[in-house]
Amino acid sequence: MPIHIIDRRLNPGGKSLENRQRFLRRAKSLVQGAVKKTSQERDIKDVLEGGEVTIPLDGMHEPRFRREGGTRDMVLPGNKKFIEGDYLQRSGQGSAKNSGPGEGDSEDAFRFVLSRDEFVDLFLDDLELPDLAKRKIAQTESEGIQRAGYTTSGSPANISVSRTVKLALARRIALKRPRREEIEELEAAIAACTDEDEREVLLAQLEKLKAKSKRIPFIDPLDIRYRRFETVPKPVAQAVMFCLMDVSGSMSEHMKDLAKRFYMLLYVFLKRRYKHVEIVFIRHTDRAEEVDEQTFFYGPASGGTLVSSALQAMHEIVRERFNPSDWNIYAAQASDGDNSYSDGELTGLLLTDKILPVCQFFAYLEVGESGGSAFDLSDSSLWTLYDRLRNGGAPLSMRKVSERSEIFPVFHDLFQRRENAQEKAAP
Amino acid sequence: MTERLFEGADWDFHTLQRITDACEVVATKDLGLDVYPNQIEVITAEQMLDAYSSVGMPLFYKHWSFGKQFAFHEASYRKGLMGLAYEIVINSSPCISYLMEENTATMQTLVIAHAAFGHNHFFKNNYLFKQWTDADGILDYLDFAKTYVMQCEERYGRVEVERTLDAAHALMSHGIDRYPGKKKLDLRAEEKRAGRRRQHEEEVFNDLWRTVPKGAAKSRSALSIERRRKLLGLPQENLLYFLEKSAPRLAPWQRELLRIVRHIAQYFYPQSQTKVMNEGTATYVHYRIMTKLHEQGRITDGNFLEFLGSHTNVVFQPEFDDPRFSGFNPYALGFAVMQDIERIVTKPEDEDREWFPDIAGKGDVMGVLRDVWANYRDESFIAQFLSPKLMRHFRMFHLHDDPEERAGIRVDAIHDERGFRRVRRELARQHDVGFIDANIEVVDVDLSGDRRLILHHHVIKGSQLNETDAKRVLQHLADLWTYDVALIEVDANDKVMREYVVSPRPIPAAVA
Repeated sequence: MPIHIIDRRLNPGGKSLENRQRFLRRAKSLVQGAVKKTSQERDIKDVLEGGEVTIPLDGMHEPRFRREGGTRDMVLPGNKKFIEGDYLQRSGQGSAKNSGPGEGDSEDAFRFVLSRDEFVDLFLDDLELPDLAKRKIAQTESEGIQRAGYTTSGSPANISVSRTVKLALARRIALKRPRREEIEELEAAIAACTDEDEREVLLAQLEKLKAKSKRIPFIDPLDIRYRRFETVPKPVAQAVMFCLMDVSGSMSEHMKDLAKRFYMLLYVFLKRRYKHVEIVFIRHTDRAEEVDEQTFFYGPASGGTLVSSALQAMHEIVRERFNPSDWNIYAAQASDGDNSYSDGELTGLLLTDKILPVCQFFAYLEVGESGGSAFDLSDSSLWTLYDRLRNGGAPLSMRKVSERSEIFPVFHDLFQRRENAQEKAAP
Repeated sequence: MTERLFEGADWDFHTLQRITDACEVVATKDLGLDVYPNQIEVITAEQMLDAYSSVGMPLFYKHWSFGKQFAFHEASYRKGLMGLAYEIVINSSPCISYLMEENTATMQTLVIAHAAFGHNHFFKNNYLFKQWTDADGILDYLDFAKTYVMQCEERYGRVEVERTLDAAHALMSHGIDRYPGKKKLDLRAEEKRAGRRRQHEEEVFNDLWRTVPKGAAKSRSALSIERRRKLLGLPQENLLYFLEKSAPRLAPWQRELLRIVRHIAQYFYPQSQTKVMNEGTATYVHYRIMTKLHEQGRITDGNFLEFLGSHTNVVFQPEFDDPRFSGFNPYALGFAVMQDIERIVTKPEDEDREWFPDIAGKGDVMGVLRDVWANYRDESFIAQFLSPKLMRHFRMFHLHDDPEERAGIRVDAIHDERGFRRVRRELARQHDVGFIDANIEVVDVDLSGDRRLILHHHVIKGSQLNETDAKRVLQHLADLWTYDVALIEVDANDKVMREYVVSPRPIPAAVA
């Protein structure tokens, strides 16, 4: 009997991907809720990691007719001490319950693992980048190859057989290479020939033909053609994200943590939309400097607070490195709201004249201590200033945050897909 | 000395070939098995999970519930809560066995002997499988089903198809014919039939017919109840069949979908009735083959010990007060009874001669076993062949739990002279699907009134339907029926215990 042994391991995976997508689509609202809940408890660093979520099983329940209750009879193994007619106490007899035919009812929550992409997709699903108008072809990437005719050199794998044979044929015809039939015909003629002289002539002719066909090869290296491929530059939209933060003494670790979470979210978000996302960290006290991430969040600094210095620094960096016509510029500023009183005017001026016109989006995040009730008392100097600018029509987004759990909702709020563009009335 | 099949744990495809050949010799020569041609496929863990979520079949139509299954299995597998099966075997011809790539050479041998010969023989020879399944046609039929569902989705929209399938799945356990019908199932013809019907509809379609004025409806003479029930084929316990044939407003493609789900449910019906026997057969066969191969010197002592380790795990039966206990292990019970039959046939004691006069001391072990494998299902198998010796061995006892009884759960019978027959009858009953599934049937349709569909659930031993689930299933049923559906639970004395009435949900968009 023939036995077939087949190696299926090489078959393409993801056979049930389609079913999975259907499942996720069906459970979308449930899963999305679960994703948000999960992400709140997580470190921002791990937000991207995907992972396990739990949804209530109820929404995805597949009902069946099931029987329950009534009198039950069961046969069990392992009798040690019972004899016929004994009675077992119900409460203590968990074991007897276990053997019941009922399905596992206990599973009221359904746990499963989402991949990283699925997680981020659901996480950012109803968010949208504001003002995507500025897209610019720059920073070409060698992505996507396409056929581009033929070439005389290349790798053997790319030989174009049909083209090579075609050229060889043309060359053989042009150079009058004797065909095999011709030679065979001649040979037959010689074999049939009886006259010695004529035979001599024919032999010489045959000799000549053979020499010629040797001289003119069937396929010459000249004929060989390779398929040529060209890499096509693919337009890539790129973005730069400015993180501005006040690191003066009044900013506590908690506040920095809040800011960091916001930046991370923004980064994740931009990364989904743009191939290239650069991040520029500018921290400031009463003077601003561009620093690396580590220093930005954890480097010690002290001094007063001049917000305008950061804006000035950003403006210079934009001028030097990020041409606004080539880059989508996003900026997020985090601060506890303190600003030196005399700086207000300059800050406002810089913002409206230099920064906002080149920015896609400028978010101001005012972070507060945990407990956050202080916000209710009075607005900070920076808040007051920005609020005034915004009311004057400047495209500013601003929010106050004091708890970790508020970060996502605020972020969500800022980037929500909006049909009615009230928040961001164009200037 | 005979050549070893393999050394150590590693294997390659030549090893698999050698193993299969060696197993085949033992299976056909020594055990006299009769199997479908074998096809052995090596798969990865992910593919095994895929197979899990499509009820073990290599191809299946798309539905979200399979995605849910997959997500669930994957999560518990990743967390290490669940190990994957060593193999999956499909009742088809050729008989496909999936082997996990992680198995050691010993495990592959065990699995090939178990699935490719044990299960395979059972599938080919057991009367239930012969009666209810069409091993030659099943793969083609699944392919047809998959394509058909896909085409329906293209034509009528994914949501509509999903609604129909959801409803059909909910009724799947009641889409089975329990008694053999007139003709054998021929799945290949099914596919052709569906194609022909569609073609016919397209050919004879003529929009003009719509405009022909209809004559006055024929005055319907009041049908007697008997006549009406006869016309509708009532009472009918195959709910899907009834809907497919008689639901008034289903589109043809919806009927076809119900039919597909029904056929697939029917295909799995024998498996649910023969768990103990099927696994027992396969386990007995792999045990015999492995022992033989070891005797022949084709498997080393070390590998044989490895096999015995896994084998012991497979046939482990925890006792009722063990935290690991979750009912009788079909492998353990089946294997034990098969081995016991072997003992009775070869070395009977007086007790066995008294209990099993037909087979005791008959001498031909395989002859008796092959006959058993061919002609019994779990319920009859246990009722017939569970010996007093085994009941004593498992120390079986029978509990009777009557909620009315204040004193507690009564021990009704134990493994003694007085109890053997009662214990055996109860255990057999536990393996009878007729007792496990709710007994629900369509009894009447109110044709002259509001077309209400009336179902009865015959309550056995006071065990009623779970209310939430019942309502949901009835909702699906009503959606397919498109008129009200009533389910009445009646006990043995025709006393009504509970009554459900469900109205169909409005259809979002009219479907022609």
